Amino acid sequence: MDALKHAIDLLSAPTISFTLITVLFPFVFPPGDWFEKIHRKLGFWRIWTKPGLYISLVLITLFFIMGYYDPNFNITLTKPDNFPIILLVYSVVICTWLSMYKAYENDKRMDRGEKPAEYNDPDDKVLVWPDLVYIEFIALIIFMVFLIVWSVLVAAPLEEPANPAATPNPSKAPWYFLGLQEMLVYYDPWLAGVIFPGLIIVGLMAIPYITTSSDNLSGFYSFKERRVGIFLFMYGFLILWIFLIFIGTFFRGPNWNFFGPFEYWDPHKLVPLTNVNLSEYFWVKWIKTGLPSNILLRESIGFISVIIYLGVLPVLLAKYVLNDFLKKVGPVKFSFFVFFGLSMLSLPLKMYLRWMFNLKYIIAIPEWFFNI
Amino acid sequence: MSKKKSKQTLIERMGNSQIWKSIIRSGIPRTRRQRMHAILGSVFLHLHPARLPKHAVKIGYTWCMGGLSFFLFVVLTITGIMLMFYYRPTVEYAYTDIIDLGEQVPLGIMRELHRWGAHAMVLTVWLHMLRVFMTGSYKPPREFNWGVGVLLMTITLFLSFTGYLLPWDQLAIWAVTVGTNMARATPFLGNEGPGAAMLAIGDINLVHAGSDVRFALLGGRFVGEATLLRFYVLHCIGVPFIAMIFMAVHFWRIRKDGGISGPL
Ligand code: HEM
Repeated sequence: MDALKHAIDLLSAPTISFTLITVLFPFVFPPGDWFEKIHRKLGFWRIWTKPGLYISLVLITLFFIMGYYDPNFNITLTKPDNFPIILLVYSVVICTWLSMYKAYENDKRMDRGEKPAEYNDPDDKVLVWPDLVYIEFIALIIFMVFLIVWSVLVAAPLEEPANPAATPNPSKAPWYFLGLQEMLVYYDPWLAGVIFPGLIIVGLMAIPYITTSSDNLSGFYSFKERRVGIFLFMYGFLILWIFLIFIGTFFRGPNWNFFGPFEYWDPHKLVPLTNVNLSEYFWVKWIKTGLPSNILLRESIGFISVIIYLGVLPVLLAKYVLNDFLKKVGPVKFSFFVFFGLSMLSLPLKMYLRWMFNLKYIIAIPEWFFNI
Repeated sequence: MSKKKSKQTLIERMGNSQIWKSIIRSGIPRTRRQRMHAILGSVFLHLHPARLPKHAVKIGYTWCMGGLSFFLFVVLTITGIMLMFYYRPTVEYAYTDIIDLGEQVPLGIMRELHRWGAHAMVLTVWLHMLRVFMTGSYKPPREFNWGVGVLLMTITLFLSFTGYLLPWDQLAIWAVTVGTNMARATPFLGNEGPGAAMLAIGDINLVHAGSDVRFALLGGRFVGEATLLRFYVLHCIGVPFIAMIFMAVHFWRIRKDGGISGPL
């Protein structure tokens, strides 16, 4: 048991767990033919069948049960405010599964030339009274009962009175913002706390205006014809949002250090901070001249990298990789699509730069609060 | 005649009474016509069309998540109003009022209903977004309503966040401190944001710790009395007001965009 716990602790480290799920992700939601082939061959498609759901739920439940009986994990797991995250894990797994299960059923039907399961004769409608009103009424009662039981069983937490002089360690934002707080490890507040949330909101709103799959694919679950879109959305939602919330809740302890789920939250855990800026890498380590005093010259390499990433890369993509897509949607939609895509990608990118090269900032101008 | 009348069931008699008929004009909805009228004649139910395609009423299609989000909003409004009877948004009373809510108020689970309901609403809104995405329902003609939805989600999170401060315990002020510290770094508008130093007249900075967006949000340089009042007003009146407007638009547009999406 201890060996298993130890193994889970090791696997949970963001470097490993994030890499694992990122690598596996395209085989679970295959965005292309090659991925689809392996998805079929290695049996990943079974996740989206009924046994797949049961096994996932059993595994998750076992994990939580193990956690409940572990003296360390028990502390975070049984915090009243963390119960919603447990609900979140179950409901997101069930809902994702349900939509993919239905999507696969519909894909099969459409391969056979049939209409999707949601289709019905336009003349054959049901009356809202009683058919819908009753369903709503029952859903409402069940949910209200659930809420009342939850409220009776779990008292709302109340800690010590507010004390501006005593900062708790760790201080955490409310759970639904922990994805953003996790981003703070890699990006400065002006990006992680302002620009990225803004881009998430604008990017989500832009989805209907920059996607290309046919408008006829609206109104029923489907995957095959929308696989790239679903892959991108799900990566953002499940990994960059839900998974980061999970990490932030259960795996981040004092000083925002990483702790495995079964590890003791040692406030004195020391993690060496050896992060180096790109400018230092370039001027000090490679060409050995020392940092220039002119800020812009000092950070020129960083500026060039960012310009290449956001300015040159899209052109290259347009020319060599996504040329079909460009032809289909035109330059304006294309630019927005690539901009949002690269912004989203910049989070995992910075994570790996940090993990692999201890890179702190690509552009570091603390004088102007301008660090990327 | 009188003999025949006594054979009516209790419900029938109720349905034929003047009081009932004055409220629900069609009487007990039995015939197709009466049932449609029951929907169309009610200010609440006429949010719905009278008839729907079969798939649209299935739980498997919508997961009821939009409806549950709205239901939770209503639950939160009602429980919130009750909490306002007891809670005073001052540094002196806030914390002790919260304790009293649990200890002195008979059957006091209002605070629990309100807190857990708020957490649940964040969840249902996200799941609702997931289902709308997975059914492709954001595609034309519903792209505007998807955008309204994204704003509703933002508003929901902000509602939750402003409420988080009100218990005035350690959890509350530090979570809000962590959250609002970000505002300090807003480009141009935060005193530690890139570009803020450019907004200056000569040597005088226009954006400093006493004038930036964080200051506007907190009503001061740190989370204190003024912040509590500000968040209280936003939480109880300001943000719900905006939420209601957007929800009205959201529901209106569902109908105007052709009702719940479905395959052609
Ligand atoms: C406070 C939050 C919200 C409430 C109360 C709400 C309520 C609803 C309700 C009751 C429906 C009817 C169908 C259903 O239940 O699925 C609906 C549909 C819809 N919602 Fe929301 N919603 C909210 C947030 C959102 C969000 C976050 C999005 C997307 C980002 C969104 C986008 C849509 C769209 C596009 C439809 C039409 C779906 C269709 O025709 O199939 N809504 N909403």
